[in-house]
Amino acid sequence: MTAAELSPLTLISGPEEVLVERELTSLVGRARDAAMEVVRIDAAGYEPGSLLMHASPSLFGGATFIIVRGLHEASDELQDDLLSLLAAPAEDVFLLVTHASGQRGKRVLDALKKQRARVVTCPAIKNDRDKSDFVQQEFSRARRRISSDGVRALVEAVGRDVSELAAACAQLIADTEGLVTEAVVDTYHGGKVDATGFRVADAAIAGNTPEALRLLRHAIASGLDPVPIVAVLASQLRGLIKVGSAGRGSPEQLASSVGMAPWQVKRARAALSHWSSEGLATALQAVAAADFAVKGGGRDPVYAVERAILTITGARSSA
Amino acid sequence: MSVWDDLVGQEPTIETLSRAVRDEASMTHAWLFTGPPGSGRSNAARAFAAALQCAEGGCGQCRECRTALDGTHADVKVVATEGLSIKVEDTRALVQEAGLRPSVGAWRVIIVEDVDRLTERAADALLKALEEPTPRTVWLLCAPSLEDVIITIRSRSRHVRLRTPPVAAVAELLQRRDGIDGPMALYAARAAQSHIGLARRLARDDKARNRRHDTISLATRITGVGEAVLAADNLNKIAEEESVAASAERDAADKARLLETLGADPGARTQPPHIRSQLAALERDQKARAKRHIRDVIDRSLIDLASIYRDALVLRIGSDVELVNPDAIDKVRGLATLSSAEQLLGHLDAISEARERINANVPPLLALEAMALQLRVPRNLGI
Ligand SMILES: [Zn+2]
Repeated sequence: MTAAELSPLTLISGPEEVLVERELTSLVGRARDAAMEVVRIDAAGYEPGSLLMHASPSLFGGATFIIVRGLHEASDELQDDLLSLLAAPAEDVFLLVTHASGQRGKRVLDALKKQRARVVTCPAIKNDRDKSDFVQQEFSRARRRISSDGVRALVEAVGRDVSELAAACAQLIADTEGLVTEAVVDTYHGGKVDATGFRVADAAIAGNTPEALRLLRHAIASGLDPVPIVAVLASQLRGLIKVGSAGRGSPEQLASSVGMAPWQVKRARAALSHWSSEGLATALQAVAAADFAVKGGGRDPVYAVERAILTITGARSSA
Repeated sequence: MSVWDDLVGQEPTIETLSRAVRDEASMTHAWLFTGPPGSGRSNAARAFAAALQCAEGGCGQCRECRTALDGTHADVKVVATEGLSIKVEDTRALVQEAGLRPSVGAWRVIIVEDVDRLTERAADALLKALEEPTPRTVWLLCAPSLEDVIITIRSRSRHVRLRTPPVAAVAELLQRRDGIDGPMALYAARAAQSHIGLARRLARDDKARNRRHDTISLATRITGVGEAVLAADNLNKIAEEESVAASAERDAADKARLLETLGADPGARTQPPHIRSQLAALERDQKARAKRHIRDVIDRSLIDLASIYRDALVLRIGSDVELVNPDAIDKVRGLATLSSAEQLLGHLDAISEARERINANVPPLLALEAMALQLRVPRNLGI
């Protein structure tokens, strides 16, 4: 790899740290392979002038790869220095700038785009649809396959935190062979509290009172915190309401408008045939009351969650 | 001109405080200022601090007055919490400072803006200082209400209660101090229910006015279950966006300042462990601050939302109390014809229940959803 294969100007744009880090690691690796000197500048605490100092030709020759992190929080001085560098590009200087979001640093962004910087976007991974897509991409980048129920199980088990999700993908890719299915994911992450929460929620929404209560008691007895279980109950019911009121359309179309993954839309639709909107309202309200009880508003948090489950299954059968 | 000028509608308090400034016999070493949000608790404390330092008893113009009011006076320390609580380490540092003689002024003044946010251990540390007062040191503690302050602190300080200033007084202040025209000042003072800071923002920022308008419009628009969940989502998103916008710049400045204080190289690829741990602590604080800010923004919008039901209730029972939302009179009338007094009370209960839940750490979205589901009306009034 030679320096020529790195773009002289790169903009990494977007807030998703996991994606930003990955792009940085890969570019820094290339720069080092090309024997470039790598300089990192953090926008927070920038000392005026230091960018231009690093960009001035070195005594020993050789190229420099300058990484400026956090243009979105750059001082005016840093922005001015970046603009002067962009106005008079130095030879053998490769510049990479990261910008998470917002209006700050706009002049520099405009200058970068005007000079045809290579732009890498790192959009926020927010909802389950984004997370499912992310998992799929992780596996296809590694030339591996994961089944759709495998994706679902993984997002449910560790999807709350994107970096944890990325780490879980990396682990599965490294430790397993062949197609990754729900069963494979479960062996690694089945005991996680979120996965338990989903099982409890599935049973409750399906109207299976004994199973939902049994799973809940088992989870509590093995020391799991009821708070995330309640959170999953809420998010599943919320999903049902959103899908139920979103009208017709293919799961794919609906998925983007309600911020869920297509498989979640399909499952929600199947469950909805047993639910009225009034029943869902009652169920979600019961979950809110349980959350309050779990957070210290009630005397017996476990009983509060059990009662919420009874209310949910009752709201379903009365539909 | 005097330091008390901007403390509108608080004549009895001003009288008490000025007497303490004039006559040391009426002075004491710990004061507790309570009053509803926006009534000017911390402004009152700062004005008192200025009056104590000023040779004229609070002229509002001398160097002592000006620096005490803007928080740069060497002997006036202002502690404002941005996290969810004040920690014991912070309090210990304060107590130590309280033991020093004043350096340039007549008094060493320590203002704690949210004494209701002291952790238990922090309160214990403070209590020691209140029990063994240092001669020229005075503590000015602020909290929303007496009930928010632990009893041991309450019993060792003199209580000063600020009242909600009259709408007309707030409007007059906005005109005089901020140069806002009459009708706008009156609208803002009313809509903010006499919360001075909010009124000022409403008067100056059309985005804030639009947000308020959107919020109270929910009252006549939520009909179905899906709409309720959507409305809750919107309320939550608006608050999150506002919080991000408000904190981005400040977070960066804090980080830069911390690196500078620690003498760290801001460009270093990896910081040494002790600096990394300080940075991580700062990030935790910033997250807590953002979280609190989101909750505060939501709480404010719930107060706005409640005001429209309260107005409808006023109409419904034919009381002649002044309305908060005379500018939205058709919404108020619509709600009053659509709902019984009992239903309106039920809506108000749902809103205060949501506030209580959010305050107890229920995720705001979930609390708002449960509330919005109870605010459903039989048909969209289209207003
Ligand atoms: Zn003065």
